[in-house]
Parts: sequence; structure tokens; C-alpha cells
Amino acid sequence: MKNLEDLEKFINSELTSKINNSFIKHDNIYLNIDHDELIDVISFLKTNKETKFRQLIEITAVDYPENEYRFKMLYLLLSHEYNKRVIIDYSIKENDIISSITSLFPSANWMEREVFDMYGLNFKNHPDLRRILTDYGFEGYPLRKDFPLTGHNEVRYSEEEKKVIYEPVKLEQNYRNFDYESPWEGTKYIKEIKKSDG
Amino acid sequence: MAKEKKTLNLNFGPQHPAAHGVLRLILQLDGEVVEKADPHIGLLHRGTEKLIENKTYTQAVPYFDRLDYVAPMNQEHAFALAIEKILKIEVPARAKYIRVIFCEIGRILSHILNVTTQAMDVGALTPTLWGFEEREKLMGFYERVSGSRLHANYFRAGGVHKDLPTGLDNDIDEFCDKFPKIIDDLETLLTDNRIFKQRNVDIGIVSKQDALDYSFSGVMLRGSGVAWDLRRSQPYDCYNDLQFKIPVGKNGDCYDRYLCRIEEMRESVKIIKQCLQNLPNGPIKTNDGKISPPPKKEIKESMEALIHHFKLFTEGYRVEKDEIYMAVEAPKGEFGVYLISDGSSKPYKCKIRAPGFTHLQAMDYLIKGHMLADVPAVLGSMDIVFGEVDR
Repeated sequence: MKNLEDLEKFINSELTSKINNSFIKHDNIYLNIDHDELIDVISFLKTNKETKFRQLIEITAVDYPENEYRFKMLYLLLSHEYNKRVIIDYSIKENDIISSITSLFPSANWMEREVFDMYGLNFKNHPDLRRILTDYGFEGYPLRKDFPLTGHNEVRYSEEEKKVIYEPVKLEQNYRNFDYESPWEGTKYIKEIKKSDG
Repeated sequence: MAKEKKTLNLNFGPQHPAAHGVLRLILQLDGEVVEKADPHIGLLHRGTEKLIENKTYTQAVPYFDRLDYVAPMNQEHAFALAIEKILKIEVPARAKYIRVIFCEIGRILSHILNVTTQAMDVGALTPTLWGFEEREKLMGFYERVSGSRLHANYFRAGGVHKDLPTGLDNDIDEFCDKFPKIIDDLETLLTDNRIFKQRNVDIGIVSKQDALDYSFSGVMLRGSGVAWDLRRSQPYDCYNDLQFKIPVGKNGDCYDRYLCRIEEMRESVKIIKQCLQNLPNGPIKTNDGKISPPPKKEIKESMEALIHHFKLFTEGYRVEKDEIYMAVEAPKGEFGVYLISDGSSKPYKCKIRAPGFTHLQAMDYLIKGHMLADVPAVLGSMDIVFGEVDR
């Protein structure tokens, strides 16, 4: 496989119905698939002689709260032999259970744990699905868009109790999110009025 | 009567000098042999990705310094490149060279720290003292160019913040002349040192296949014999114009990884030398007023410059809707940024791919069957910095 276009065509012709959409951008191949095909697609890309995407670079999710399929899952693979990268994505609902790819790539273990921790998405067949980056006993999913930037709890050492204690966040001043958008285009609420007037 | 087998659970850290930060490693020991290692990370988690979603692109740069804090500019580089690629900004040649010089300085900074502290973990104190003297000089260069020794905040989308101050290029050049001698000195202490070899040779062996399966990158991958370096295979900035070798290990043990790092430092010195020789003159950032702020003088004379300045430091520049993955060869491995922009002046999502995270994950696989005393040696050779593992 010399160039990206050929590789994209090859993947499409081999996996025909499993690929919903594919395109090339920024020197990467982007593949959109259905969640059910995940294991098939990844194991094909990993083992096929013409693709050899033998390294998993990253797994992550993106939150789009306004969508029905709220989360987009992303898988980044790298082929050393052909020096190519592929980015696989699919959308799922909040309560869907994702198939784990730890059987294909052992390194998926922590990456999936991170997605579970940050977005609250569940994986099936994962050997050890625990929170990873947040505190012991943490509640909520920090990278969801509806999680506040300040969080819910803060910790401090209490001199009276002689231990570290958790308290609800109390800030002297809240995080200030100014609307800097250009006044020539109008502020957000005016734009919305304009839009509804059509 | 069968003898009952008892395993001992041992907490290594979170405060342990050989853990290179705040790592809580729960070890299951059978006598002195490690049966299982369960790293608990996240003690330094600061929510970098969440914070970046709430800042403008310019304000997000300093967060990258705080990831792998021993090589700050390498990470800013990935972020800057990602934005440049979306906005299709042409970076001036001088800026590219300056960026590469400072990335290689970052690589030397990181490798000195790692090699010498690894030596300290297995019992040698002197290399640390010698190495840190050199790091001090390098951080001096950081300070002269950016104003701070560690958290530089120097790279921008479209170039760098300021030009090199007068005389800095000569001083860096002088350092490059002297530094190979220091590496030689370090090597006399370690490379053939009997104790150092006993502690590192054949410890923590990674096969080629496992290095791929466990998503290793950087020295961890090259130490196992995979010749893969993003500076060569997917070159960014001016790496294409430079001559350098990529040292590759043979056995994939801690000792080979140490040798790779030593050689990489020598190569970095060569790269910096070449950059200084060919350093072009000209601007150091793009002159697109919508992205990089105008010079102070212009603000006082031109209304347009004043407006640009005001808009850049209040709203920030906007980045059109796009998704991109951009990776650089950081000292520790492949450092990547998956950036999703939505047309506003703040990133919609910025996933940071830190090499240390995947390396530390393999701790259980690497240490199984080794002795307790090998834990610091393996941990040291992985080159873990918790700023980037915990993000």
C-alpha cells in the first residue's frame, strides 16, 4: 500500500458493509462504523497483511449532550510498517455497553478505564473496570459537558479532626466565563432571537 | 502437610523517592519475588483536559508545560502543530528552527534527569550531581528565551513568542561543544560500571511484539529493536532538513534503554548544532494579525493592530470546526493531541495522549517474576513523570 487513497479503497473493499463512511483528512484515514462491528474491524486492521495497524495509540470519547447518540467513541491505530494512521469512530447512547478490545490490545485496559472514569461509559469483557484517575470514592464523570468545571467537593486538612476532610466546594468568586463574542455579530441571545424570527 | 503459601501485600509509595512522583504501587510479594503489581495513579490529576475546554487556545498553552514538566516545550509543540494544521498557517523558517532547538534542549533535559536518577535508584549518587549542573545551564537557556526556567509558555500557533535574545545562540553553541565531554564523563561512571550493569542488564525485558501490543513508543519501543521515531517517519517542522541517527536497542532491557538515551543525547547535540549553523533570519511568527498579536510599536500607531490585539487577548482567535490528531516525538515517546474544534475560540475537546500512561500500564507485565529490588530499576528505565501520566 503506497498511498492513503489506495489503503482507504482497500479497507472499503474488504470491509464493505462494515464501514459507514470513510474519508482522508490531515494525512489520516477516518472510518465511521457501527458499534457492533468494532471487534471485527479492529481485528481485521490489526492482522491483515496489507494494513498492519498493529499499535493502538489511544481510545477516547467525546460528549455531545444535545445528540440522541450522546457519545462518540474514538480509536486511534498506527501502522509502523506502512507509516499510516487510522481513526475509527462510532456513536453510542449513554447507557449502551461497549465491547472491550482488551483481548486484541492489552494496552486498551487503562485507556478504557479512563473512558469509564471520565465519561461513565461501561465496557463488557473488560478484566478490571475500575476508576483510574479520579479519587477513591469519587462520584460523577468529570469530562461530561454537564459536569461543572469546579467539581462538587473540595478537600482540606482539618486541624480539629486531625485528618483530611471533604466539603462541598465553596468559592469566594465563581469561575467567570465572559462572552467575548464580537458585538458586531450580536450577543448570543440576540442571535437566537434573530434565528427564530428567521 | 502441605506448606501453606502466603503472599505479602506491600504498598510502594505514594511517597517514595524511587517512584519519581506520586505513584502508589500495590505489590503482591512471594518472599522477595513480585507476583503482581497494581499501580494506582491519579494522585496528581488536575483535570487538564477539562480546564483546556474552558480556556482559549492561547490560554491553553501553559497547561502543556505542566504535563511532562522536565521537557515542557516538546508538549507545547504538539498543541501548536495541531492548531497550525487546522488553520493551515505557514510557519516562518526561523521559528521552525528555534522550536526544534528548544525541543532538543528539552530532550536533553529529560534524558539527563532520567539517566542520572535511574543511576541513583540503583545506588549511584554522583551522576545526579554532575547531570544536574548541566540541566541548570539548559534551564538558563529556557529562562533567557521565555522568562521562566520550567513552565516556558513559549511556543505559539504560528511560531514562537519572542525571538532569541542577543548572544543566546552563541551560548547554546558553546554548550553544545562542551556537553559531549560531559556525556563521556557520565558514561565512565555508568556504562561499564559493574554494579550498574548487574542491576540493569536483563531486567525488565520487553520483546518486540509486546512493545507493540502494549502501545510503547519512544525509547521503550526503540530499546526493543523497533526503529521508529516520529522525527524521522512523520517529520514535522524542520526535522526533514536535519541529519541525525536513531539509536536502536537490541535486548529490550533496562540497560539498552539507558544506552539509547545516552546516544539520543549525543544526537540531540548534533541537531542543535545543525540548527544553529543554518538558523535563517526573518520573522519568528506568522504575520497573520488574526492569529498572532501585533508588535507593541504598531499598536500605538495603527487602529487595526489595536483592535487585533484587543480581540486576541479577550475572545482569542477562532479555530474552524475540525478534528485532528497530531503527535510529536517527545523525550518519553509519542506525545499526541487529539483536538476537536467547533469554530469558537475554545477547544471542544482536547485529548492528551501521554506516553508515560501506556508505559506505566505495562508495569505488571514488566515486573512479574522479578525481585522487589528491581522495581525501582524498571520504573526508572520507563522514564515516568507523573505530570503527564495523571494529567
